[in-house]
Amino acid sequence: MMFATTMRVGPIGFRIGSDWSAPIAGLEALYRDYQKPDDGIPHFTVRLEATRFWRRFIRPSVQIAGDHTLPEALPLPLAQAVLAAEMAMNLQMALGQRHFLLLHASSVERDGKVIILTGESGSGKSTLAALLGEAGWRLLGDEFALIEPATGLAWPFPRPISLKNDSIAVMEAQVGAERFGIRICGTPKGDIRHLIPNVTALKGMDTPAQPALILFPRFGAPRAVRDVQPSEVFIRLTQASTNYVALAEPGYTALTRLVTQTSARAIDYPDTASGLALVEQLWAELA
Amino acid sequence: MSERVLCAILTDPSRAAHLTTDQWTSVLTIAHAERLAGSLAHRLSGLVLPLTVQSVLDAARLNAEAGRAHALWELEMARRALAPLGCPIVVLKGSAFVAAGLAAGQGRLIGDLDILVPRSRLDDAEAALLAAGWEWAKPNAYDDMYYRRWMHELPPLIHKTRDRMIDVHHTILPLTARPRPDAEALISNAVVLEGSVSILSPADMIIHAAAHLFADGELDGGLRNLWDIDRLVREFDQGNAFWDSLNQRAALHHLNSAVDRALRLAQVLYDTPVRTRVRRKWTDALFRARLLARNGWGQNTRRPLRFAFYIRSHLLRMPPLLLIRHLWIKAFGK
Repeated sequence: MMFATTMRVGPIGFRIGSDWSAPIAGLEALYRDYQKPDDGIPHFTVRLEATRFWRRFIRPSVQIAGDHTLPEALPLPLAQAVLAAEMAMNLQMALGQRHFLLLHASSVERDGKVIILTGESGSGKSTLAALLGEAGWRLLGDEFALIEPATGLAWPFPRPISLKNDSIAVMEAQVGAERFGIRICGTPKGDIRHLIPNVTALKGMDTPAQPALILFPRFGAPRAVRDVQPSEVFIRLTQASTNYVALAEPGYTALTRLVTQTSARAIDYPDTASGLALVEQLWAELA
Repeated sequence: MSERVLCAILTDPSRAAHLTTDQWTSVLTIAHAERLAGSLAHRLSGLVLPLTVQSVLDAARLNAEAGRAHALWELEMARRALAPLGCPIVVLKGSAFVAAGLAAGQGRLIGDLDILVPRSRLDDAEAALLAAGWEWAKPNAYDDMYYRRWMHELPPLIHKTRDRMIDVHHTILPLTARPRPDAEALISNAVVLEGSVSILSPADMIIHAAAHLFADGELDGGLRNLWDIDRLVREFDQGNAFWDSLNQRAALHHLNSAVDRALRLAQVLYDTPVRTRVRRKWTDALFRARLLARNGWGQNTRRPLRFAFYIRSHLLRMPPLLLIRHLWIKAFGK
């Protein structure tokens, strides 16, 4: 392809090719402090292509493709190409990853123990993880938690955090402009701005840790904490996993171990400050 | 360039020791694009490989193993649904390779379940599958008519809970294609596996793969189909009797030219041992170029050639007037 870059996020190497230079420049800015793939060989290849040759120039629109693809991925405008790249990288993981049980969750670590935050889009898991990452925790990732079946450990996958809408301002108030990507407006999920994880997260991206607490956050409801039974945790995590079925027995074993060895709470919180306080309180009760 | 490297290490895994990192990167991507990653993983197992290559191939192998379990289960479901018919159920293509434990099935990805039943039992088979939870995947009147009138299979059926497709064939080429394979002979020569489904006889299995590749489609995924043929030939080749029967059966099904083409190209790309006389044709170079039309990013290349083969596939499938009518209806819905 005409333009290309590579990067390694935690244990996974990516190669990204593009018909245009701008998406590669955008990605190289976001991933400037990341390592390159081990052995120089990426695990996954992603392509950002014009739907037709002339669509490189006229109303350019980005089709995502790669080693693992879905037939009906919709193209995005060129201005949202960095988001397209992120979606394509997610797709490689969701469809092609067989070495880790993948949970659609954010995760943070302190004292060698990990909190996994999982919930639907809008539950606030990305924002909470981003805030915790600036408040003494090590961010492992905001999109996927990688559970290694053989050890039960959670591996970091600290991609730039994809902040949406109101959470952009929340983080802009805390973090210097040099750690942000450009603001991408009018995406299918509203406005998006990427936040580069801090040095602790990037330096620690090769260090896994033991899961200790699973949280199901819900933003916008009055403060409440509820115990979640292992059976419910199990079912909710099968729904949050993109490859539980594909992993078959190792996936079942890994998930059973995670659920039986980790306590779980559902938390409702009206605003980010009380959300953070709740997380710290539950963490203290755990110790 | 990189597609040839993929063919070379599939053929002779010891050559993998000489690959550069850039070649590995391209080969892994092309192997995924050609749906050969699982086969490559199987061929290279036991070799010392770069860690990332090992990791990617391990994932491909696990993926193929899970696919194999799904395919066998789907076959068993169809077998149970069709058992009351009491007629032969001949399983075709990838599902047949794994059901019979053939080398061609090792690491192979399997899509739909393809089966062959006697044409006289087609209606019964359809009714039995509908009663057991399969549904029509293309509920469009023209498509439905098109399949029933001109094709070699029922309109595809999909299972409503397992979401898996089954193609029920009554022969191996569209009725509109020029060669008319002898479907009754395919079924009467089929080999019964333990447990009541059958597979095609060795010669017919190779002929079917060649027909599918060179007398039907536009050669998409052709490297994988040709790899099937290489594996089948190497496994079934037990001397002159095999080659005689391959020639005789190919003549019976009017598919000598497709089979010869498959053998020549398999020999060129995978060094397949061919112990029968096959005359080279100048057009082989075009077919070879079409099979290798992909770059190191997994993108399609050689667009004009691809388009020419696309046109060819339609001309093979039906006579020109019928083709014009078909394309007209597809384009304008009338």
